[in-house]
Amino acid sequence: MRSLILPIMKKEFIEVWRDTRSLAFILAMPVMMLFLYGYGISSDVKRVPLVVYDRDGTPPARELIRRFTSTDYFVVAAEAANLRELRHTIDTGQAKVGLLIPEDFSRNLGAGRPAPIQFVVDGSDSNTAGIAIGNIAAISKGLELAPRDLRPDVLIPLQSELSPPIELRTWVWYNPELRSSNFLIPGLTAVILMMLAALLTSLTVAREWERGTMEALIASPLHPHQLMVGKILPYVVIGLVDVLFILLLAVFWFRVPLRGSVTLLMASSTIFLIGALGIGLFFSAATKNQQVAFQLSILATMLPALLLSGFFYPIENMPPILQAITTIVPARYFLVVIRGIFLKGVGVEVLWKELLFLGAFAVLMLFASSAKFKKRLE
Amino acid sequence: MRAERPRRLRTLVKKEFIQIRRDRRILPILIIMPVLQLVILGYAVSSDIKHLRTAVCDLDRTPQSRALIDRFATSGYFDIRHTVSDDRHIKPLVDAGKARVGLVIPPRFAAKLARQETATIQLLLDGTDSNTATVAQGYVTQIVNAEAARILVERLGPKATAPTAVEPTVRVWFNPDLKSVNFMVPGVVALILTIVTMTMTATAIVKEKERGTIEQLIVSPIRPVQLMLGKAIPFVIIGYADILLVVLVGLLWFRVPIAGSFTLLLFLSGLFIMTTLGLGLLISTVSQTQQQAMMLGFFANPPFMLLSGFIFPIASMPEPMQYLTYLIPLRYFLVIIRGIFLKGVGLDVLWPQALALTVFGVAVLVLSALRFQKRLG
Repeated sequence: MRSLILPIMKKEFIEVWRDTRSLAFILAMPVMMLFLYGYGISSDVKRVPLVVYDRDGTPPARELIRRFTSTDYFVVAAEAANLRELRHTIDTGQAKVGLLIPEDFSRNLGAGRPAPIQFVVDGSDSNTAGIAIGNIAAISKGLELAPRDLRPDVLIPLQSELSPPIELRTWVWYNPELRSSNFLIPGLTAVILMMLAALLTSLTVAREWERGTMEALIASPLHPHQLMVGKILPYVVIGLVDVLFILLLAVFWFRVPLRGSVTLLMASSTIFLIGALGIGLFFSAATKNQQVAFQLSILATMLPALLLSGFFYPIENMPPILQAITTIVPARYFLVVIRGIFLKGVGVEVLWKELLFLGAFAVLMLFASSAKFKKRLE
Repeated sequence: MRAERPRRLRTLVKKEFIQIRRDRRILPILIIMPVLQLVILGYAVSSDIKHLRTAVCDLDRTPQSRALIDRFATSGYFDIRHTVSDDRHIKPLVDAGKARVGLVIPPRFAAKLARQETATIQLLLDGTDSNTATVAQGYVTQIVNAEAARILVERLGPKATAPTAVEPTVRVWFNPDLKSVNFMVPGVVALILTIVTMTMTATAIVKEKERGTIEQLIVSPIRPVQLMLGKAIPFVIIGYADILLVVLVGLLWFRVPIAGSFTLLLFLSGLFIMTTLGLGLLISTVSQTQQQAMMLGFFANPPFMLLSGFIFPIASMPEPMQYLTYLIPLRYFLVIIRGIFLKGVGLDVLWPQALALTVFGVAVLVLSALRFQKRLG
């Protein structure tokens, strides 16, 4: 039996090997994606461009602006001389937030009255806007507690002269400095593997149909199971090379701590890889058309792996229907596994449920593609 | 002879459409893909973090400690899923991902408060998701500070009722409810256009190469430019159909209004399509097989998505990355399409972006047409 699988594997290897361009993509792609996503995605919204329309123009008003821009959350991108200019700066996207300081700002402060200031936030980027509003609130809160520099004449004893009644002590486990690369890079491994693997195999069976070489394979005494295994194994090898690439970069370039077992990491990556390859193989066997298989594979892997896996957006924030859909996204389970191994250093005793799902998914995909293929033959 | 040309082109376009239609499965994909993307992006992407799975360990068990826990429970940010009696039981819950936040109120919490000492509480955070952890920490600090301020005011009496120094009011323009789908619909239009016009055009041409049918087209009196146009026009039409579809679903289902001019949107989309078509043609000239063309198209996808401000704001990227974004045509188109959709601005504001797209489009199109002609000749 093995003697029949081997020639198929060899043929598939030769085909990949000959197509040097595709091979270069396969190896360069994960590295490029890791760098792009690793540096391009930032969880924190910083340096939001701010346009200031200061109608007061006194030292307290400037101090207020300084308070907002010294935090790194906002930078002054422009200064407006009137409302129309402020509006225009936001219209063109030069600034996302506008700050309007009224004429009587310092007068109000000096008199001990509440001094209103007005913010305008560009809501078209709802994400940035939401975070910016939070930051505005937080910075303004800080001004209430430390009003000395702003209003030297009115001093209110608040927290400074008394011991605070409650003190909060925070421990952060697994990622004490809250580095976002520790969060993103392991997750990226899952996303990249998912997309790449499904793409690799989405073409292989369809290509044989399109070229008409499938008949030759059908005429051979191969069982569909054997054909599928022979088709998938070379890509498992290539995929594992990619895994190794990514993991080495993660540990040595992005300095993500690897606390758990390397063996378990490789083993679970292999299981996940087989499942992802199986998706591509299934579409390829089911559609017989490279383009359709390719598009379907992108559709089935890219967005779900990026958005429905908990890679960046926490699953518990999604509406219930979407949460239900995430339970069939394999990347979701692999994310738990890979973050668990990398950062938490946990083992099979914690991750067995996720691993079991991934294993079952891989087997299911292989059987499904084999069954689809058999039906196509008849 | 002159009159022949449009007819030839028409025949080519017809042939291409027949091929697309024969491939019965590609059309549903072209319809399902945009809608699916819209739904996922519209609902999954949201910045607010709520319902954090929380484990609580109250070692004090007094009315005061229960009141504090109650503040967490009613804040909407924390779902108290587990109540444990020993703080060592929190770690396994976090290990297994059953809790992201742990809150420990040590014994004698209320007693310390009563004696006007500083009472401590412990916050345990799962740092694996650094993003959520940071936000969670912010929420907890807010709640604890509010509680502390309340206690202080109680202790000090009227002395502490200070007027708030600065009173910020925030007004949100263009998208007052901060609905993320409003942000996403325009983005999805742009993304779909990229996929349909770039990848599909490239593969359609390479397919002829792979099958060897391109020779037949070359020996026919069709000129390379006509061949290019004949291949491109169907996908431009499909691209525009997809724009309409996404806009309609956005309008009718997600209630995303178009504040600006729809005509201007269609016109400027044409500029963007010019660029993506050019890139598609360029890909077709350097690929021998469909696989190569698709991989190249796919290769171009992550930079398009990431470096354009599609989801992640450009201003927050490291500086070298920000310079790279100027090379991504989608960056300009996103400003245009979001400007028209949400801000309702016109060419008076968007002309720099439109200009950039025109330059890009003409350059790429000319470059690829030259290469294309050389390849055929």
